[in-house]
Amino acid sequence: MHPTDFTIAGAVAALEEGVISAEELTRAHVAAIEALNPKINALITVTAEHAIEAAKASDTRRARGEAGPLEGIPLAVKDLFCTEGVPTTAGSKILEGFVPPYESTVTTRLKRDGAVFVGKANLDEFAMGSSNLTSAYGGVLNPWSRRNDPQARLVPGGSSGGSAAAVAARMALGATGTDTGGSIRQPAAFCGIAGIKPTYGRCSRFGIVAFASSLDQAGPFARTVEDCAVLLRSMAGHDPKDSTSADKPVPDFVASCGQSVKGLRIGVPREYHIDGMPAEIEKLWRQGLEWLRDAGAEIVEISLPHAEYALPTYYIVAPAEASSNLARYDGVRFGKRVAESNSDLRDLYERTRAAGFGPEVRRRIMIGTYVLSAGYYDAYYLKAQKVRALIARDFREAWSKVDAIVTPATPSAAFAEGENSDDPLQMYLNDVFTVTANLAGLPGLSVPAGLDPQGLPLGLQVLGRPFDEETVFAVGAALERAADFKALPGMRAGA
Amino acid sequence: MSLDTATVRRVAALARIRLEEEEVARVQGELNGILGWIEQLQAVNTDGVEPMAGGNPEGIAAMPLRDDVVTDGGQAAKVLANAPDREGEYFGVPKVVE
Repeated sequence: MHPTDFTIAGAVAALEEGVISAEELTRAHVAAIEALNPKINALITVTAEHAIEAAKASDTRRARGEAGPLEGIPLAVKDLFCTEGVPTTAGSKILEGFVPPYESTVTTRLKRDGAVFVGKANLDEFAMGSSNLTSAYGGVLNPWSRRNDPQARLVPGGSSGGSAAAVAARMALGATGTDTGGSIRQPAAFCGIAGIKPTYGRCSRFGIVAFASSLDQAGPFARTVEDCAVLLRSMAGHDPKDSTSADKPVPDFVASCGQSVKGLRIGVPREYHIDGMPAEIEKLWRQGLEWLRDAGAEIVEISLPHAEYALPTYYIVAPAEASSNLARYDGVRFGKRVAESNSDLRDLYERTRAAGFGPEVRRRIMIGTYVLSAGYYDAYYLKAQKVRALIARDFREAWSKVDAIVTPATPSAAFAEGENSDDPLQMYLNDVFTVTANLAGLPGLSVPAGLDPQGLPLGLQVLGRPFDEETVFAVGAALERAADFKALPGMRAGA
Repeated sequence: MSLDTATVRRVAALARIRLEEEEVARVQGELNGILGWIEQLQAVNTDGVEPMAGGNPEGIAAMPLRDDVVTDGGQAAKVLANAPDREGEYFGVPKVVE
């Protein structure tokens, strides 16, 4: 077995038994990165030397009997998490040269538990996108390819495209991501791996470059549902540095993966049968429900009547919050500065922001500025906040009838670079199934469940009650067992 | 609602993003495409609905308060470490007062 083929749970056991050292495990991943990253571009910054030093220190801790739950596990970190002393770009030119003097809470916790960071993963600029193509550091190649058109360059999804591609191609055993409208679940589905956005407030947002603060949540990617549970256990928990982080105990998510789904009521929202959805996705959805019924769950049709308004609501709320959060990039305190010799302060701001932000980010900042501006605030922003309340209410009503909801993760398999890019609206539709969970603050897990006729992975999504990731993991693990998804991407370490 | 070119210029100015004259028409088209699509929200009846302001699915919890004491500080070197321009312990900017 190639060391890059371990699951996280398997690697933890192998390290514990002394079958492999952390240094060997990390060196195997560093070698995979050296071989594959030039093609895949999953990592913006590779921290090979740091990683090998950290792995050696990990082996020393283990020898002393001080091993943490993630001791010696090589992970990639989305380049939206601030990492002390390691450049953090957010996929943007405007953060060129920025080296954070502090560490995000989520990465602090992963390190506390022994994780080894191999690099900073590529992403759509400021996490705004569904293809990874808005990154100032170039697109990321999906390690999967179409059977009948293997030369087509497929996107890994976004915004956490580098994280998903790195895990799928076996450049890391797991990765961190963030999800504001689907940025963990959509790339997980496109790359044939698992990923969870936990309940809003489950993970601290401290040290994560902010996009839309009422929607952003951190979560893990891994190749199994159980591995996501292992990572989330370390990442989650209250943090006094984020006033929105929930002061609740973190359950044993790994134990939840083994829980039976017998007797659980699984909701199927009728509004999710959207026009133009490929037949294979409808089929996989029905198959997933069939698997759960076979495992003893009850399938219940439900209605989420305001779900159809979720995307336009999101495209008011998220840009509004972004326009406010991104006001901090002013060319004065950190990052890039662009000015002429005769520039005054205002000209410095305007030139810096025009040159530093890419077109999608500029577009969203302008939409956000407009919907918050005097005279339009009530018609757009306040209206969207009210529709958001209705979307959340639909879910609250559903939870009286069901324990979890199962839907497709995405309306299509991975698309090729250039597709969906003529019109920003076409790209926004990628998040049609995922965005409701962000608006309502709910946990959502994407599980690889099948292949389309081109041999590309498709995912199912499990949504749960607030702070009930346990049921989400139980249902996700049941789907995973039934699907027995064994297909592998063509481009991967050890292939 | 459709934005005219003057409004597009005003929004860019409010956002402190320099917009070249030749970009105005393209940006106007893109923004109007998105705003036209968002317009469908007006069809939703939201009478008497309280706006949802935060992300907490259990509603707005009281913001936790901590003791009003200094918990951090004295880190001028770290704060200034990423500054594109600085003078002593200050960020450097173009002259703003005559």
